[in-house]
Amino acid sequence: MSQVVSPVREPLVIGGKTYADVTEDVCRQVEGKPTKLWLICFTLALITLGYGSYCLFYTWWTGIGVWGLNKTVGWAWDITNFVWWVGIGHAGTLISAILLLFRQKWRTSINRAAEAMTIFAVLCAASFILAHMGRPWLAHWALPLPNTYGSLWVNFNSPLVWDVFAISTYLTVSLVFWYIGLIPDLATIRDRARNKVSKFVYGAMSFGWDGSAKTWARYESVSLILAGLSTPLVLSVHTIVSFDFATSVIPGWHTTIFPPYFVAGAIFSGFAMVLTLMLITREVFNLKEYITIGHMESMNKIIMLTGSIVGVAYITELFIAWYSGVQYEQYAFLNRATGPYWWAYWSMMTCNVISPQLFWIRKIRRSVAATFILSIIVNIGMWFERFVIIVTSLHRDYLPSSWAMFYPTMYDIGDYIFSFGLFFTLFLLFAKFLPVVNMAEVKAILKSSSAKVAEKRGAAVQTDFQARPAFNKDVE
Amino acid sequence: MEDNNKTYWKGIEELSNNTDFVKSAQNEFPEYLSVKEKKKGKSNVPSDDITGTNRRDFLKMLGFGVTAVSLAACDAPVRKAIPYLNKPEEIDASIANYYASTYVDSSGDYSSVLVKTREGRPIKIEPNAMSSITPTGTSTRAQASLLDLYDQERLKGPWVKATNKLTTWEDVDGKISSQLQQGGAIRIVSSSIISPTTRKVIQEFISKYPTATHVVYDAVSYSGIIKANNASFGRAVIPSYNFANADIIVGISADFLGSWPNSTENSYQYGQTRKVGQNKKQMSRHYQFETILSLTGANADYRSPIKPSQEGLVVAALYNRIARQTGGSAVNTPDLKIAYLEEAAKDLLAAKGKAVVVSGSNDVNVQTMVNAINNLLGAYGPVIDLNTPVNLKQGDDSAMANFVQEVKNGQVAAVIFYDANPVYNYPAGKEFATNLQKVKLKVSFASSLDETAALCDYVCPNHNYLEAWNDAEPKRGFYSLGQPTISPVFKTRAAQESLLTWSGNPQDYYTYLRNNWRQTIFPSASGFNSFDDFWNKSLHDGVFETRSAAPVNVAIPSIQEVPSSNAAPASTGSAVSFSGDVNAAASAIGSTYKAANQTVELCIYEKTGLGNGEQANNPLLQEFPDPISRACWGNYVAIPQSMANSMELEQDEIVRVDIQGKQPLELPVLIQPGQADGTIAIAVGYGREIAGKAGKNVGKNAYPFIQYNGTTLSYTQPSVKLTKTGEKHQIAQVQTHHTIMARPIVQEANLKEYQANPAAGRYAPKIATAEGPKKPGEISIWDEHSYTNHSWGMVIDLNSCIGCGACVVSCNVENNIPVVGRQEVINRREMHWLRIDRYYSSDADPEDKSISGYKNLEQASANPEVVFQPMLCQQCGNAPCETVCPVIATAHSSEGLNMMAYNRCIGTRYCANNCPYKVRRFNWFKYNNNEEFDYHMNNDLGKMVLNPDVTVRSRGVMEKCTFCVQRIQLGKLEAKKQRRRPVDGEIVTACASVCPTNAIVFGDLLDPESRVAKIRQAEYEKRAFEVLNEINTKPQISYLTKIRNKEVSNKQA
Repeated sequence: MSQVVSPVREPLVIGGKTYADVTEDVCRQVEGKPTKLWLICFTLALITLGYGSYCLFYTWWTGIGVWGLNKTVGWAWDITNFVWWVGIGHAGTLISAILLLFRQKWRTSINRAAEAMTIFAVLCAASFILAHMGRPWLAHWALPLPNTYGSLWVNFNSPLVWDVFAISTYLTVSLVFWYIGLIPDLATIRDRARNKVSKFVYGAMSFGWDGSAKTWARYESVSLILAGLSTPLVLSVHTIVSFDFATSVIPGWHTTIFPPYFVAGAIFSGFAMVLTLMLITREVFNLKEYITIGHMESMNKIIMLTGSIVGVAYITELFIAWYSGVQYEQYAFLNRATGPYWWAYWSMMTCNVISPQLFWIRKIRRSVAATFILSIIVNIGMWFERFVIIVTSLHRDYLPSSWAMFYPTMYDIGDYIFSFGLFFTLFLLFAKFLPVVNMAEVKAILKSSSAKVAEKRGAAVQTDFQARPAFNKDVE
Repeated sequence: MEDNNKTYWKGIEELSNNTDFVKSAQNEFPEYLSVKEKKKGKSNVPSDDITGTNRRDFLKMLGFGVTAVSLAACDAPVRKAIPYLNKPEEIDASIANYYASTYVDSSGDYSSVLVKTREGRPIKIEPNAMSSITPTGTSTRAQASLLDLYDQERLKGPWVKATNKLTTWEDVDGKISSQLQQGGAIRIVSSSIISPTTRKVIQEFISKYPTATHVVYDAVSYSGIIKANNASFGRAVIPSYNFANADIIVGISADFLGSWPNSTENSYQYGQTRKVGQNKKQMSRHYQFETILSLTGANADYRSPIKPSQEGLVVAALYNRIARQTGGSAVNTPDLKIAYLEEAAKDLLAAKGKAVVVSGSNDVNVQTMVNAINNLLGAYGPVIDLNTPVNLKQGDDSAMANFVQEVKNGQVAAVIFYDANPVYNYPAGKEFATNLQKVKLKVSFASSLDETAALCDYVCPNHNYLEAWNDAEPKRGFYSLGQPTISPVFKTRAAQESLLTWSGNPQDYYTYLRNNWRQTIFPSASGFNSFDDFWNKSLHDGVFETRSAAPVNVAIPSIQEVPSSNAAPASTGSAVSFSGDVNAAASAIGSTYKAANQTVELCIYEKTGLGNGEQANNPLLQEFPDPISRACWGNYVAIPQSMANSMELEQDEIVRVDIQGKQPLELPVLIQPGQADGTIAIAVGYGREIAGKAGKNVGKNAYPFIQYNGTTLSYTQPSVKLTKTGEKHQIAQVQTHHTIMARPIVQEANLKEYQANPAAGRYAPKIATAEGPKKPGEISIWDEHSYTNHSWGMVIDLNSCIGCGACVVSCNVENNIPVVGRQEVINRREMHWLRIDRYYSSDADPEDKSISGYKNLEQASANPEVVFQPMLCQQCGNAPCETVCPVIATAHSSEGLNMMAYNRCIGTRYCANNCPYKVRRFNWFKYNNNEEFDYHMNNDLGKMVLNPDVTVRSRGVMEKCTFCVQRIQLGKLEAKKQRRRPVDGEIVTACASVCPTNAIVFGDLLDPESRVAKIRQAEYEKRAFEVLNEINTKPQISYLTKIRNKEVSNKQA
C-alpha cells in the first residue's frame, strides 16, 4: 500500500488531511445523530420499499400473471431487472479486487461504498430470481440439495443452474471481502464509542481486532487472497449471466459475443451507479476531500472505455447478423432497430454508446453535475440494453404466428420499485451505521498521495522535471 | 462430607411460628397472592369457592384445548368420493367405456360419435368409424358439446315464469295439458329435426291436437336451396354432395367446409380430393368466389372476392359460359369481369361429370341458376345426389314468416319452442318478443333460459343429448342412434317425452324409440334374427345405414315437409331431370343484382366454431379462435384494407353500422384480408342477452340485420352506412401477426411443379462448415437419443388440413386445458397446446431484404393465399427446452417424447422462451377454483368434464402437448396385457383422432407397418419437411408440403 505515487499525479486526498482528520471525518456520520437529509432520504426509501413490497406481495399472492408477460415473451422486466442489478453489482468487486491487484490507489476512498453497493445490488438481483419464478416457494429445488426422490438432481446443463452457483458464490465472496475490509474501521469506531450499545455492537462486529502488526499482516494477506478469489468472479458472473441468453436458440440471444460484451456492460453500469451514489454521498456527508474530482475522472475514463467496448459489441452484433446469412438473425436485429421497440433500441444506443463519448471532453469528465447526469443516463441505457436483448428478441422469434408485444403493468413497475426501495434502504442504513470510506486504507495512502505530500514535493519535482525531462525514460 | 442440616425460614412468620401462619401453612400461595379469581368487591370470599378457575384447571383446559385444536387441524379433508355400493357390471374404475351416440345441433352439424365415459361421466367425444358419413372426425362444436352437459346454468327442473321458480313435472304437465286442451291454434316451432322418431312424436302430438302445426325454421337458413330444388327437380331438399368425386369445385359464397350443414362430411370428402402422394399426383382444383374470406375460400386454389350484389351475376355469367359450350341457352344478364371466372368455366367444362358448382346464396333464383349449371355439367349423379338429401336444414323461411305474422295477429293460442330461440335469432326477434305476449301459452324445451324461453310461461328443459335417447337421419337412409351416457344431471325430461305426455301417451321415449325402430326401420334391415339383435347391433354401432340411395319404405312422415308447389312426392332413387326456369331466374337476377354497386354492402355469416349462437354459453367455443381471423370472445365488423384506408379506420376502432329501418350496431372493426372491397361482414351467434355467464353479452347480435325478402331470408344488405364512433374495443386475437415473412416455415409448391418434382417447394438449408456445406442434422453437438422400443411421431399434411380446428377443441377437452377468457387472450395467454397458425400471403418481394422490404412483408395481400399450419409441441429430439430447465421438469423419454413433470416445475419459463415453436403454455394464474376465471373449472359440475388421466395444472407451472402421453401409456398397457405390440391406429392422439380430413397421422415411427412410418418413408426428401430443421431440433413431427392446384405459383411471399 505504500508504494510511492508519482508526484505529478493529482493527490488522492486533498485538504491537508491528517490521520485524525480522516477518522474524525468518517466517524462523524456514524457517531452523530442522523442528519435531517438522511432522515428524509430514509423515509423516502422506506415509502418506496413499502409500496414495492405491497406490489411484490400481490405478485406472489396472485401469480406472476399480474405482469405483462405472455406466451411469447416469457421474460421481460423481471430478468431485465435481474441482469441490470447484477451488472451494477460488478463495480464493487472490480474496484476492490482488480484495482487492488493493479495497485490502483484511487480505489481506497470509494471501495467500501462500492462493495456495499455490490452486495445490495446482488440482493436486489436475487429478489428477481425469486420473484420471476412461477412457484417461488420451491426455489430451493434449483439447488443441488439431497432429497428423498432418489437420484433427482438439478440440471447441470441449464444456464439457470450455473446462474444460481455464480450469483451465490459472488454474493458470498463479496460479502466476506467487504466485511473483512470493514473490521479495522469497525474497531476504530468501537474504540471511539461513547455509549455501551455501540461499544458492544461495534465490539462484537470487529471480532476483537487489536491492531497489532501481526493482525495487520493477516488482514493484508486475507485481503489479497480474497482479491485473487474475486477477480475471476468479476468476469465469471456476468459471463454466466450472458450464457442464459447465449446458449439458447433464439435469434438475438444466440450470440457468442455475449460474455465479454456483458462483462464490459456490467462494469460500465456498475461504475455509473458507483458514481451516482458517491457523488451524493460526498455531498451529503461532506467527504469531498476524500472522494475528489480526480476519483470521478478516473471512473469516468473507465466508463468511457467500457462504453466504447459495449458500442463496438452492438455494432459487431449487427455485422454478424448480416454476415451470418441467417434470415431469422437478420430480422431479429433489423427488428430491434426498426421494429415496434425501436425506441428502446435507440434509447440504448444513445445512452450507452453516444453519451459516454462526451467524457472525451475533459471539462465534462471533471464536472460533477455532468457526471451525475451521465451516470444516470448510462444506467438507463443499460436497463434498456437488457430490455432490448430480452424483449425484442423474444417478441418476434421464429414463427410469426406467435409474435406478440409486451406491455408492462403496474406490478412490473411496482416490483422494480421494490428493488429500488430495498437498495436505498440498505444503502442508507449502511451509510449511517458503517463507515462509508475505508479509513484504514485511506490513511495508508495519506503519506504517499495526499495534498500535503504533493505540496511538499511539488516545487522540487517541478524543477527536477523541467531540468531532466528524460528522467526515467532512458531505458537503454 | 458433613450433613448440612441448615434450615431456612421462608419468612419471619415461620420463625416466629405464629398462629396465623400455621393455619395457612398448607396453602401454597398466601391469600393475597391467590391465583383464584376474585369476585369484584368481595375480597374475602372463602378460598374453597369452586366457581373460580384455578391454575391447574387453567393448564388442564389449555392442554386439552391445544390438543383438541391441533387434532382437529390435522384432520384429513373430507373427500366426497363415494364408492359404488353395487358396482355396475360394465364400469371399472379408471377404465373408460365408449358408447356410440349422435351429435346434432341447430347450426347444421351432424357427427356420429363415440362418447368416452369414465366412472359414469362422459369426458370426451370421438368420431365413430362405423359411420360412413363422419368416420374420421367430428366438428369443433361436437367436441365442445360436453360442456353443454356440464353447464351449471342449465335449468334444474321445469320452470314457471309466473313464479320464477322451479316446479314438478306433474305440475307443469297438468297446467300445460289443460291449457292445450282449451283449443286454438297450436304451433310447434323448432329448428330442423332430423330425428325420425321425434318427428313421429310431433305427428302424434299434431294428431292429438289437430289445430297444431309444426313450423321448422333455421336461424341460418338454407331455404333457398330447398326451394330451388323444388322448382328445378320437384324435390324440396338439400341434396347431398360427394366432393370426393369432384375434380373441379367452384364455390360461390358457399362455406361448405365451415358453416354449411354437414360440413364434417364435406370436409372428409374434400380432404380426399386434396391429398397427393406417390401414387396420386392429381388433386381437385377449387375456385371460390365470395365476399368474406371463409374457411372454404381459404382452402381454394383460386379465390376471387365478389360483392354480395354481384353474386347472382357471377352465377349467371358462369352459366352463360357453360351453356354456350354445352348447347344450353344463354341467359340475358349483364356480364361482369371477375378474376378467374373464365378459367373456372373452362375447367368446369373440361371436367364435365366431375365438376360441381355450389352456392351459399339463400336466393332461390341464384340457386336455380346453380342447379342449371350443375345440370349442364352433369354433376347430378356423380357429385350431387338428390336421392339422398341432407336433412340437416329443413327450415322454411316463408312458413316462419307466416307464423310470426300469426303471432302478431294474435291468431296463435299456444306455442311450443323446441330447439328454437327466435327472439334471439329471428331477424324481427324484438318485435316478435313483444307480440309473443299475445300468445296465451308459451312453452319452451330450452335446457337453460334463453331469450325466448325467458318469455315463455313454462320451460320444460330437455335433456342434453348425452343424457337422452334419440335417433337421427342426417341423410336419407342413414340412421344413427343416440343413447344416454349419464343419468340426467338435473330434473330434466326428454322433449319427446313431454310432447308424448301432453298428447296423452305417457310413454318413456326409449320404449317409443325402440318401437318405432321396430316398426319402421327394422323391416329394411336384413340378416338379423330378431329385432333385439338388430337393435343391439345398431346401438353398438351407433349407426344403421341402408347405404342404398333408395330410402327405406318408411311410414314415418317424410322429412321434407316444406310445402311444395309442385307437390311432387319424393320419388325414390329415380333419375332427375332439370325443369327449372332459367330465364325467369335470370331476369330476377338481372333485376336484383348489380355489376357495380357503389354502396357499402354487408354480409352476415356464421362462425366455424360458435355457429348460430345456440351454444354461446360454451366457454370452449367462445375461446376457440376463428380459423381465419384468429379472433375469439366476440364478433366484429370485418372490413377490407381498402376501406380501412379510405375511412382511416384502425383495427379495434368501434364503428356504427346503420341500415335503414334497423337498430344500428356498434362493433369494433377487424381488417380482414380477402374481404371484398366495398363490403363488410358481421358474424351471427354473438350478443346473447340471456345466456349463462360465459355467453352473455359477448359481442353484438347481428341477426336483426338479416332481411326477409318475401320468400327467403337474405344474409346480405345492399347498403349500409359505417360511421366512426371514436371509441375502441380490443378484439381478442390469438394471432396478431398474419404473414409468414417469407420464412420457410410452411413450404409449398403448385401441382405442376410437384408433379415434375416431388420435392418442389422444399427448402433445403445447408450449413457451411470447413468440409463444405452440410445438412443441418449432420453436424451436431448432441448425442442422439436412442429409441429402441417406440418412437412416437406425427405427419401433418398441410394439403389436406383445412384449418377447421376440431383438433384444437379436442385437445382442450382431452388435456384439461383451461379457458382463460377474453382479457387473457388479449394479453396473449390463451392456453391452447395445439393451435392452427394461419398465414396470409403478402404482395411484397421476398428477396427484398431492406427495412421497407420487411415492412411490406408484414402487409397481407388484399386477396391473400392462405395456409393453415397446425402447430403443437414438435417433440424435438434435440429439444431446446430440455437443456435449459434448471430442475429437469421437462425431460426426454425413451420413446421420443418431450415430457413435462408438472410437479417438478418451478416456473422459470426459460423453456418457453427457448422454444422456437412457442408451443409451451404457462399457468399465469390458478385457472381452476378461481372466481376470476369463472368457467367450467370453477364449479363442481363443470369439473366433471375433466379427464382424470391428466393432471390439472396449478399456477406457476409450464404445460404443453405430450402427444397425449396418457393415451400412449394406456395403449401400451392394453397391448402388454394381451402380450402383443401395439397395433398402428390403436394409439391415437386427441387431435389426430378427430381430424375430419385425416390430415394428422400419428403413430410409431419404429413400426415399419405404421402409416406414419410409411408416409415418412415415402415422402422422405420429397414432401416431408420439419419446421426449422436448420436449427437441428430434430422434431418428431413432419409436415407435408402444401400443394396448390394452380397454373402458376405465386412468386410473392
